[in-house]
Amino acid sequence: MATAAIEIENLTKDYPTGFWRKRMRRSLDHLSLRVEEGEVFGFLGPNGAGKTTTLKLLMRLIFPTEGTARIRGRSIDDVSMHAEIGYLPEQPYFYDHLTARELLDYYARFSGFGRAERKRRVTRYLELVGIAAAADVQLRKFSKGMLQRVGIAQAILHEPKVIFLDEPMSGLDPIGRREVRDVILDLKRQGRTVFFSTHILSDAEMLCDRVAVLVGGKLQGTGAPGEIVAIDVQAMEVFFEMPDGSSVPGALAQQATQTGARYRIEVGEAGLYASLDRLRDAGARILSVTPVRPTLEEYFLQLVGREGAAPHAVEVVTR
Amino acid sequence: MSVMPGVVAINTFREAVRDRVLYNLVFFGLMMMGAAILVGQVSIGINRLVIINLGLSAISVIGLVMAVFIGVGLIYREMEKRTLYSLLARPVRRWEFLAGKYAGLLLTLLVNTSFMTIGLAVALYYVGRPFVRADLTALVAIYFILLELALVTAIALFFSCFSSPMLSTLFTLAVYVTGIFAGDIRDFGALTKSPAVQAFTRVLYYLVPNFHNFNAIAAAGHGERVPLALIWQNTLYAIVYASVVLVAASAVFGRRNLK
Amino acid sequence: MNPTTSSRSLWKAPVAIPLLLAAAAFLQSRIDAQTRSEAVQKEELLVRSGTLLKKLSLGYDPLLADIYWTRVVQYYGSRIGERDAHFDLLAPLLNITTTLDPHLVVAYRFGAIFLSEPKPAGAGRTDLAVDLVKRGIAANPGEWRLNYDLGVLYYWRLKDYHDAAAAFLAASNQPNAPYVMLKLAAAGIAQKGGSIETSRMIFAELYESTNDPKVRKTALKELRALKAQEDEIQLDKVIQQYEKLFGRKATSMLDLVNARLLPGVPLDPAGIPYVIGPDGKCRLNPKSPIGAPER
Repeated sequence: MATAAIEIENLTKDYPTGFWRKRMRRSLDHLSLRVEEGEVFGFLGPNGAGKTTTLKLLMRLIFPTEGTARIRGRSIDDVSMHAEIGYLPEQPYFYDHLTARELLDYYARFSGFGRAERKRRVTRYLELVGIAAAADVQLRKFSKGMLQRVGIAQAILHEPKVIFLDEPMSGLDPIGRREVRDVILDLKRQGRTVFFSTHILSDAEMLCDRVAVLVGGKLQGTGAPGEIVAIDVQAMEVFFEMPDGSSVPGALAQQATQTGARYRIEVGEAGLYASLDRLRDAGARILSVTPVRPTLEEYFLQLVGREGAAPHAVEVVTR
Repeated sequence: MSVMPGVVAINTFREAVRDRVLYNLVFFGLMMMGAAILVGQVSIGINRLVIINLGLSAISVIGLVMAVFIGVGLIYREMEKRTLYSLLARPVRRWEFLAGKYAGLLLTLLVNTSFMTIGLAVALYYVGRPFVRADLTALVAIYFILLELALVTAIALFFSCFSSPMLSTLFTLAVYVTGIFAGDIRDFGALTKSPAVQAFTRVLYYLVPNFHNFNAIAAAGHGERVPLALIWQNTLYAIVYASVVLVAASAVFGRRNLK
Repeated sequence: MNPTTSSRSLWKAPVAIPLLLAAAAFLQSRIDAQTRSEAVQKEELLVRSGTLLKKLSLGYDPLLADIYWTRVVQYYGSRIGERDAHFDLLAPLLNITTTLDPHLVVAYRFGAIFLSEPKPAGAGRTDLAVDLVKRGIAANPGEWRLNYDLGVLYYWRLKDYHDAAAAFLAASNQPNAPYVMLKLAAAGIAQKGGSIETSRMIFAELYESTNDPKVRKTALKELRALKAQEDEIQLDKVIQQYEKLFGRKATSMLDLVNARLLPGVPLDPAGIPYVIGPDGKCRLNPKSPIGAPER
């Protein structure tokens, strides 16, 4: 089996809480995960689920209570492995007193590029993320969205093989988000692995080859977006019109929603044909019959609802 | 040899410059000029002595203030503001980062002190006495001050790894003052009859950094020669002690969970 | 906020601040006048322990020593000339200064002269002066001038010729000392116990070896008094000669001039003519600022 881009085994993180710091809050519970090379992998979950904790563990910003992880076959303890990865933190913050250009140049030095090479890359990536115009403005004057773009630039300018993005779309307007999506797709085209966390499900659905869902510090499931939401029983969605003067047959009328002349009704697979017959008998004109695929969102809400009102683990992130 | 600490050091220096930290030099320059002019007017018979005492004391105090106030924020601010997040994702080890911050602040202090030394020389010249060999002792005194600053910076950096700037300032100053009085503490212990107290104060004496070693201001004022052996010993002492502190800081910072 | 209110509030600060500062300055001057008009300025030296100050100065004792030295100079300078001046704090201030910087030779030298100087020009405490200088010698063994100052104190103020000779001898053996002069002084004192030539030599050296204008003034005063004394001795000889020649006592210097025994009316070092006193001996004109040498 080829070396996975990312392998996580039983990664666990407890935080001491309480006045005497004796009690432990489990913020990540035995996470095990595998991401193949070239995948775009979405790491989903509501706020406080443990997504940022996972990323911080992988980046060695915090240390695990249990478990290990490997990136491209090398342990996360190996700092030189960082040469091949890029990281965008959640709500990134950089040295205020530097300009965007200076910051990227500074970071580029850690990858050992020569002066000419650094200049080339910095210019190129400034343009790529759309802040070339503000390249020589001090970062203290940057808006949140602009900082986000700088963050993305610093994560990819050394052309790493695996890129970790924590909420890459946050703080961006729709145009910005589209641009980020394009960047991610471009990275994928280059054969790089992208691991990003988000709570915006539509982005995940659109971009990801596979996703993992984390709730309350526990992994709920992994798979292609479609696979995950195929878990529930699909219903069928029927659009129809009624001829003037007729009304929707009794039993179905309660379920039907009406928009103008059109009606919509959801029926389970089992009762589909019976319902269609009833409608036809009533003189309805059937417009379309399509399966309803519950969105990731609904799956989510179900999951969270199942776990109870509040998630078990609290992600300790001070702001 | 890794180049990472150098990269971090240059950036730390640049940050200090951009923070207009070096403006303290303007204050120093004005003060020395004022003193030189005043001393000439009052004529109390010890012009050169006053300029040297004032200049060296000011270099020491300003340097200390800088070392402490910038030092205690070196690591803490980065952890607090989370600028470290994206930086530590780079192939740089935590200890390399620490070493770089340390070197950067030392560089800042060195540049600052150099400018102040020039200011002192100008004031001495203005007061009318041409330079003599005895003035070399002033350079030795400044070198000792730099050694002292290197130690204080290391200590401030150490505290910066785990406590807030205000507490770190208090701790660092406490260590500094204890270091100055270390000899007296030991002597006091020797006076008591209790062997336990004597042992304790002796241990404390060797444990605490002995900052009184580095005070050559009086010698510089009177143009006394400082023995070469003392210069070497102080240098080695500073290097060894600073290394101890930096290793400890590295250990603390290396295992710290960033928030 | 409408435009008129905002423009009105704009000038408030630049006007208010100088006015208030002027008021504060005025009040301060009133306060100063008030405290001055009360009893004599209270003298305060809160901390008298030089050792304590040395510890508290956290290694900056040389600078603190300079500050205290400035206080000494200012303390003395502000009181000299006042009629009922006393210098009670001079010794403590000098003690603090020299504890903070034991190598501040000027302080010991200043103390040697002005602690021993009788009131109202000094503290009048020769004992304290001797103590101070001895401490200075202990802390600065190579400094011949301090031994010299000790010798001056013994010779001039205490009339202790034995200890004075010993001190000058000790000074003569120290590096860079004016060897010959000091040996002569020691020998002269040991022999005759005090002669005008020895005194003149000693004060001339004191005048040369110090930069302090006050000390120089004092030495000069003594030198002029000694010169006057010498002149008087010579002039007394001339008066006796006149008596021998003319069989009667001279009543004024003009007599001697007219008798061609003197080329002109002799002037003392201050430029004032000597006179012949009622006892027939030469003496200084009462108008002359030169006093007798200290006895």
